[in-house]
Amino acid sequence: MDAQIKAKPGVRGTQAKQKISIRAVLLSLGVLLANIVVNGLIFLFFRDSTLNPLLTAVLAVLWGVLGVYLIYYTLTWAAEQYPDHIRKRVLPFIFVGPAVLILGWLLILPALRTLYLSFFNASSEKFVGFGNYAAIFSDRLMATALRNNLLWVFVGTLACVCLGLLIAILADRSSYEKIAKSIIFMPMAISFVAAGVIWKFVYYYQPGDEQIGLLNAIVTFFGGEPQAWTSMLQPWNNFFLIIILIWMQTGFAMVIFSAAIKGVPDDILEAARVDGAGEIKIFFGIMIPFISTTILTVTTTIIVFTLKIFDVVMVMTGGQYDTEVVATQFYRQFFMYRNFGYGSTLAIVLLIAVLPVILINLRQFRKQGGF
Amino acid sequence: MVGKKKRKGGKTLVNIVLGVICFLWLLPTLGLFISSFRPAADILQTGWWKVFPHQEWTAGETLQLSKDVDLREPIEVNGKTYSDDELKAGVKADDSRLIWENRRARTVNVQEQGWETVPELTLDNYNNVLSGKEYTLKEADGSETKQKGTGLSQAFWNTLTIAVPATVIPVLIASFAAYAFAWLRFPGRKTLFVIIIAMLVIPIQVALIPVLKDYTALGLNGSYLGIWLAHTAFGLPLVTYFMYNFISQLPKDLFESAFIDGASHFTIFSRLILPLSVPALASIGIFQFLWVWNDYLVSLIFIGNQPSVQVMSMKIADLVGSRGNDWHLLTSAAFISMLMPLAIFFLLQKYFVRGLMGGSVKG
Repeated sequence: MDAQIKAKPGVRGTQAKQKISIRAVLLSLGVLLANIVVNGLIFLFFRDSTLNPLLTAVLAVLWGVLGVYLIYYTLTWAAEQYPDHIRKRVLPFIFVGPAVLILGWLLILPALRTLYLSFFNASSEKFVGFGNYAAIFSDRLMATALRNNLLWVFVGTLACVCLGLLIAILADRSSYEKIAKSIIFMPMAISFVAAGVIWKFVYYYQPGDEQIGLLNAIVTFFGGEPQAWTSMLQPWNNFFLIIILIWMQTGFAMVIFSAAIKGVPDDILEAARVDGAGEIKIFFGIMIPFISTTILTVTTTIIVFTLKIFDVVMVMTGGQYDTEVVATQFYRQFFMYRNFGYGSTLAIVLLIAVLPVILINLRQFRKQGGF
Repeated sequence: MVGKKKRKGGKTLVNIVLGVICFLWLLPTLGLFISSFRPAADILQTGWWKVFPHQEWTAGETLQLSKDVDLREPIEVNGKTYSDDELKAGVKADDSRLIWENRRARTVNVQEQGWETVPELTLDNYNNVLSGKEYTLKEADGSETKQKGTGLSQAFWNTLTIAVPATVIPVLIASFAAYAFAWLRFPGRKTLFVIIIAMLVIPIQVALIPVLKDYTALGLNGSYLGIWLAHTAFGLPLVTYFMYNFISQLPKDLFESAFIDGASHFTIFSRLILPLSVPALASIGIFQFLWVWNDYLVSLIFIGNQPSVQVMSMKIADLVGSRGNDWHLLTSAAFISMLMPLAIFFLLQKYFVRGLMGGSVKG
């Protein structure tokens, strides 16, 4: 892999076709070997480290910055021992190398291996063809999971986009834009697990008169019967879980819509107003078409996000009471039942579901003139 | 003139509607926040909103009815008649409320309405949830029970230990790669970058089973290194894409003049590109940091049930499962886990929003 000469273009450019010296080859091999050995040792050290975690963290940060930096530094230095034409070829691979290696090992190859595993049985020993795929689409639990996922994607995304748009427009016209946007956006920062606790408390149900859950307190205040919202009220309990997603993701849609709305030229709006168009007409006739690409982007983003929803369901119900989704079912098959066949198949189903988005992204990238 | 006035009236309406929405949005978090400071017994007895002044019936004078009142007949109190059921639940009479004080002894309490607060607030919940020691808990009926703390402070440091390297490493590696993709020409550049874009939205579930198998073989399960690497890999596509977008927009002259001065790519990168990219690095760094901080799935899979390495999100999820009714623990624990994200949100909002908008495509 590596190597070159200390040729400064313009200064020594004429000597481009220099011979590769043995010294350079040895040096670069040495550097490569030293890197592998040193980082291998560091790897073993961290793996077996029994030091105080904080100290480990400090060392890890040091390694993360200095160590990784040093890898690049030494390798490019070795590359500079070679003549120009070789260096030019090798240098880019040193820059992208570590990223590609890590991605290949932990993301790309595993994805292919998962695809492979999805054609095998639970213990990955017997080839079953499309058996797993047929099975998950006929299994009742899976059917519930798929139905719920559709519900999440459809209701969740629709609500996030509509509410986000509404709030963005309201905020644009109000006198408290900044603070309002901060408040709506804040839930984005916290984890789904924490949000789960927050909402579990809102939905909390206890038998008896005194309700400490906000929702049941409101319901009893108006004379209603308290309910166990997330468990007993099937299939509506799914909607109460989806509300959590809406609470968290609307802020994201709002921030992006808000930026897009500010991009609508004022003179078009003024001209429409002079012509006597009402605010509603302006909204549907001018704003919506103007920000349509943004709406599309936000929608696909939230769809992708919602497809993979896991934490909320796990924390709120653990997938019980018919609230199972594909990602929780994946976890269950993989970890509890040790059924690698079903687990892999579910992961691949998720992958197939986001495939259109991948294609849209690629087309978009090409259109923007990337490459 | 009329139109302007109308719009002004409209503005008040807009403000009110927006105010209501914001209030609804804040309410759940507010409830959690207030509850986390209330004594354990109080949380279970009264709603958190009772902390604010509210009207409540308080016991007043006691009326003694004649001993031989028949409870099945309408009962006469102060010249009016009530049924037994009404007196059981409490019934309004003028400005006061009548309720049985002791049904058998035939005494009725005349309750008065008064302002009431339950102002008792405490930091005990936080102490209990942070330490791993035993503590005594006062029950509603006055009895005391002993409970073991959850040791969340350990989990807090674990989370930090995982989050910092899992942010620094991918950001650095991705920046190098982004530089090469943006400014160097090499065979396979296009293919590699297309793969990275495709990886942006890939569900990480597709990688988990094989990676876990590898980790088990290498002994990386439940180690910090394993989880750093996992987060690095899962974060790389996005960080590379984000940094590529930034670095490729830098003016070309910059590189050319540096090149003519004889600088190598490495020097250009570390002396020129990195300092110029600080805002972008901050944005995507914050995004990645929060992503790791809030993560639950990756930790759940690669850390499993090793308590010494467990992160906060796992600890809290465990609490929800095992101590689902101990709201004094759940509320304070959840709030502790929110401290870091909220601090970042309020202090570095500009970078946070930028990182999030750029990072919105992440899977």
